[in-house]
Amino acid sequence: MIELSAKQLADAIARGDVSAAEAFETYRARAAADELNAYTWVAPEGTTAAPMSADAPLRGVPLGVKDLFCTEGVPSQAGSRILEGYLPPYTASVVQRLAEAGAPLLAKTNQDEFAMGSSNENSAYGPTRNPWDRERIPGGSSGGSAAAVAAGSAPWALGTDTGGSIRQPAAMCGIVGLKPTYGSVSRYGMIAFASSLDQGGPLTRDVTDAALLYGQMIGQDPCDSTSLAHPETIALPTAERLDGIRIGVPRADLAADGIEPGVIAAFDATLQRAQELGAELVDIELPHAEHALAAYYVIAPAEASSNLSRFDGVRYGLRHGGDEGLMAMYTHTRHDGFGDEVKRRILIGTYALSSGYYDAYYGRAQQVRTKIADDFRAAFGRVDLIATPTAPTTAFKLGEKTADPLSMYLGDLFTIPYSLAGLPAISIPCGLSDGLPVGFQLGGPAFSENRILDAAHALEQAIGFEPLEIS
Amino acid sequence: MIDREQVLHVARLARLQLTDDEVERMAGELSSILGHIETISGLDLDGVEPTSHVVEVSNALRPDVPRPSLDREVALSQAPARTADGFLVPSPQA
Repeated sequence: MIELSAKQLADAIARGDVSAAEAFETYRARAAADELNAYTWVAPEGTTAAPMSADAPLRGVPLGVKDLFCTEGVPSQAGSRILEGYLPPYTASVVQRLAEAGAPLLAKTNQDEFAMGSSNENSAYGPTRNPWDRERIPGGSSGGSAAAVAAGSAPWALGTDTGGSIRQPAAMCGIVGLKPTYGSVSRYGMIAFASSLDQGGPLTRDVTDAALLYGQMIGQDPCDSTSLAHPETIALPTAERLDGIRIGVPRADLAADGIEPGVIAAFDATLQRAQELGAELVDIELPHAEHALAAYYVIAPAEASSNLSRFDGVRYGLRHGGDEGLMAMYTHTRHDGFGDEVKRRILIGTYALSSGYYDAYYGRAQQVRTKIADDFRAAFGRVDLIATPTAPTTAFKLGEKTADPLSMYLGDLFTIPYSLAGLPAISIPCGLSDGLPVGFQLGGPAFSENRILDAAHALEQAIGFEPLEIS
Repeated sequence: MIDREQVLHVARLARLQLTDDEVERMAGELSSILGHIETISGLDLDGVEPTSHVVEVSNALRPDVPRPSLDREVALSQAPARTADGFLVPSPQA
């Protein structure tokens, strides 16, 4: 059973070859035995999934859920000490929706604290390890979800992506990760990091599974006023060719410092395959992409500094210094509850929004955001999709970048532009560099998920990437 | 470019206690991050509209129909300190 993709498992359940209860218990036991620290909570033995209708499209294939999503009565700690033991009174809309569609909650997955990080080393519950090499990071911030799916202890998982947090760990663990169009998936019940950027999405073994799961995640939600109805039904991808598809390649951005030669080699080989499948490659320019990182590291911390003000030791979570008056209670609770990276971002965000600096930082960053969106609009007038590597490097060693936050941030240079523009992008595994997986990122215009998934499917078939052997 | 005093000022605004070591370290780290962010200060952005949100949604209203809200006991269940019917906070004067 464990070698089946989620779609194949759903089909096997539908045929009656295996029961949903057997599938749940098999994966529950695997998740409970996980050695990668991929989980912060696993359904206890004897858990029976909530009843679902006989024609529930996902058939009972269990789901790993990033700990950033609130789940009623189940610890939801967002990788933070400040939420240790927190039991939400409600479940995130998308988790509820997927449970009703037949994907019951299997486990909560480890993550960087409040989704701030690219390595899972910022989790208060210890780092997750990469199943390809346990001395290495699985990427982040949805690193627990990525490691779990790659190691086969979950059939599929939910992640969230603010600046690359689905795509980058998917790349580092050799699986598929889709960051959807902003607004297509409800954010209700997702513990907020940067509200104008955060978006939930699937991490899966293959492109078909990503389409199957995403298709059940979308929909306008009365509880999230920024959510939108997707104009298309998400189809399972069937394309095997790319005839007539124009793929833009921003050559200038690929010449940036710090991109591993092995990553470029795997990327170029994949472009070659795309051409063989009939795609036309077009050189494009995204003139403001080089400024995306700077704009992002103003906008995301600014929004975070506001969102994280709710952690004040009053309504939930940790409280320290309660005997020394209200102000001391706030400041001590937040000092002891937040980790270093969260503190850094709160400080940057507060600084950027503070009197006298707002226009120079936040105002300008929002203008850069407009230019980045304009660049994409112009590019998508000429091409159907844009290709880049997902990340400039493969998975690095634990501890390698923790002393230099800026070098960690630079790893997001290919993923952040799509986040700022609210556009969808997928990462699929396209090869190995020194034995470690390399991600290939394909992005498109808003609501072009069907186009992206179809092209990714055609490439996936042609690449024939050998996933990690599941044992 | 960002000194100890500024770090302490911003930390106060953010209601965040920092140890002396943390203030020292953050001053260095924030300076390096802000140094990178400064690269956008040279761009010509005159007349460019800011984007605060990528989705064009305005006045997303729901029907004005009353519905049950969270039960008080449920809302209070995760509080670090509570009274019979409210959240308990330390005195601001303490």
